[in-house]
This record gives sequence, C-alpha cells and structure tokens, in this order.
Amino acid sequence: MWSLRIPRHRLVRLTALEGGANVSVLLYNADQPLDRLNVPDTLKALHTAKLTTGHILMSDMGHALASIVEDSLGWHDPLGGHLTTVAMAAKYGVHNYQQYRNDYYRSAHENFLVELSKHGLGLRDIVANVNFFSKVIVDDDGRMVFDAEHCVKGASVSLRTEMNVLLVLANCPHPMHRGDAYPSRSVKVEILPASPPTKDDFCRNFRPECARTLALTERLFI
Amino acid sequence: MSTLIYTESALQPEAASYQSTILAGDGWFHPVGKGQTLRIVDLEGNQAADTFFFRASDVTERYSAQDTIREQGSIYLTTGTKLMSNLCRPLLTITADTCGRHDTLGGACAAESNMVRYSLDKRFMHACRDTFLLQMALSGYHVTKRDLAHNINFFMNVPVTPEGGLKFDDGVSEPGKYVEMKAEEDVLCLISNCPQLNNPCNAYNPTPIQVLIWN
Repeated sequence: MWSLRIPRHRLVRLTALEGGANVSVLLYNADQPLDRLNVPDTLKALHTAKLTTGHILMSDMGHALASIVEDSLGWHDPLGGHLTTVAMAAKYGVHNYQQYRNDYYRSAHENFLVELSKHGLGLRDIVANVNFFSKVIVDDDGRMVFDAEHCVKGASVSLRTEMNVLLVLANCPHPMHRGDAYPSRSVKVEILPASPPTKDDFCRNFRPECARTLALTERLFI
Repeated sequence: MSTLIYTESALQPEAASYQSTILAGDGWFHPVGKGQTLRIVDLEGNQAADTFFFRASDVTERYSAQDTIREQGSIYLTTGTKLMSNLCRPLLTITADTCGRHDTLGGACAAESNMVRYSLDKRFMHACRDTFLLQMALSGYHVTKRDLAHNINFFMNVPVTPEGGLKFDDGVSEPGKYVEMKAEEDVLCLISNCPQLNNPCNAYNPTPIQVLIWN
C-alpha cells in the first residue's frame, strides 16, 4: 500500500512484475479531496464497463483526474471493488502480524484507511475503486466472471495526471480471485515526467466527453 | 436480453403505515426501521428512482454498489438481492420486484457530469445529485457530500456487454411496476426522483413515484 500527492502532468506507470497482479486504486483532487474519483460518472461518460487507453478517470465534479495513455492489457476492472477485513479473512484465513510478521495479510479496505488517514481522510472518503490489471467480464445475464489469466508478467499501464492528485494504491488480490492461496504479486510504481495533453492528444480526442472533462479541469488552473 | 423474473408482493397499500408521492425532480429522505418494508412504485412508467441508504445508527456505513454486485455475482438488482454496505454487510433485501431488473452502475446524474456528457452549457439543468445534496443539507442527519457514494437506479436499464460496453437502454418498467425491500437494519433512505431530460432514462418525460412503508 502506498499513497502520494502527485503534481499535474506526471506519468504514473504501474508494471506487474509477476503475472496475476491486482492494484486497487483511489484518486482524489489533492487540492480539494471532496472532488474525487467517481466510477459511474467515468463509465457513463465513456460508455464503457472496462478501462483502457484513451479513457479518462473522472471525478464527481466533472474533472479529469488522470488519463490512461498507455496500456498493454486492454482491460482494467472498475466493477469488483475491494474486500473488507472480514471478507478477506473468510476467504484466505487470518494471517496476523504476530504469527506471520511481514507476511501478514491486510485487506485493501484497511490499507485504504491507513493511507487515507495520513492525508486527513477516512472511511467517508472511500468510494468505488478501480482495479488495475484485473478483468471482470459481464455475460448476457449480468453475471460477473473474473478472468484469472488476464494479467501477464510485465503488463503495464500508464496514467497521466491531469490535476494535482492524491493517489492511493492497495496491492491486494482482486476480490473475485478464486482459490484458497493468497496471491502476493509485486508491482513496480514509477513517477515520470509527462507533457500536458496537446490539442491532438489521443485521450482528449477519444470521445467528445474526454475533451469536455479536460476543458473543465483546465478551468481549475486559470 | 436475459429472462426477467417478476415477483409480486402480498402487501396491500391500504395496510401501509406511511405513503407519499415524490414528484419528478424532488427528493425524499426518510427513516426505514429494521423489519419494515419499503415499496417504490413507478406510477407512470420508465421513471428512474435514484436511491441511496445510510445505516441510521452510524451514517459512515452506507450503501455500496460494488459490494452489492460482487457479493451476488451479478450486476443487476432484483428479488433476493442483498443491498450491501461499504462494510460488506446487508442493509436491506429486495423481497418483491414486478420490474425485473434495476441498475446500480450508472450512479446519479449531476450538473457537472451533464456538462461532460452532453455539453458545457447544461450546467443549469436540474440533476439528481443536486437533489441529494439539498436533501442532506436540510435533513438534520449530519450527512454531506463526503458521505455520498453511488446509488441504485430503480427502474433503470443499463446493460453491460461481454465486450465491456455500457449501454443506456429504454427502461423495462411500465406504469404501476414496483420494487419492495425489507430493512435488515435501521436505515435512512435518500431518494431523488430523477429530473434528467438529456437521455431516455425517464423516457424524456420525468413523472412521479410513490413510496410506501409497512411495519
């Protein structure tokens, strides 16, 4: 787990160092955390139930938090959410610190609470999250199916921050991962320079909604 | 489209302990006690009822769409669906449904999201999230924007394709269709009767809904 205030127009690259990774992510406007990731607003605007290159993660105030500028997988999950401690213990058993030291398990929910607390935030600020590297297919009857083979070693996704953001990451198994064994998978996080989106930027032109959310965001920096 | 399952209720409106009509564009914020049953009626058909719940004894525990769909393994809400909280505990259970399918992926319309989705000059149009904010501000329940996560859209049809597409289809509701849910905890129910005019979620004609509560 990790959190960082990242300035506008940086590249955040996540790379799966092993197959089967999952990173649960929350995003906030670092200058006003009430302006925060809103999964339904993002999905409605983009007419999608998956996330990939060209998509922009939007806040509930119509702003662009970050654009997905590179993606080797083609599908990241905005539906599955994350597990509470009780739900995780029911799935994988209790692995406490006393017995397991640094191999203990902590749920994404508790990881979010710890990291958010460092920024004066808490339970009230945990909203629907995105799960990078994971794929949940919805069939014609509405059933959700987790694709366990989706994330390969070396898979990467890059976000360009479109405002000053607070990024909160929990490297925990996807909540729909099946099996008794807790998958622990390393993910590399890099923060790199990035250029502001130009007029012909791929994300800006992906859909008219993308151009409008970027225009609204640019108003924050007049 | 998959087969819809309809479940009728034996409860009679005359026996309800409470009933009220919510006009299009208006809100309703009301307690529902543990064991009570809440019915929402789509009086004229194809009307979206944007609905959210808080646990009355601790409002930081609230409805969670992601926990609800994941725990039942399906994105559509209908009879048998447990409406889960952000702590992954059931707040209410849907006990009857004559519509057959309800959405919880689409969230509520907002002035700001209307600007993104339709045009920057839509800022002035009435929207559900403004109704939610006003209801919370007037309520005395000590909840604010910070406490608002994304909601249920009763009577709304938002199919997802196996390829990951999201569609806004015409509603599957008709006049008089209803959904009923029994509270597993003391909850506060926040409703915005959707005023959206930019898409077919209300068939471009927002209409009243009715709420009833039985002990």
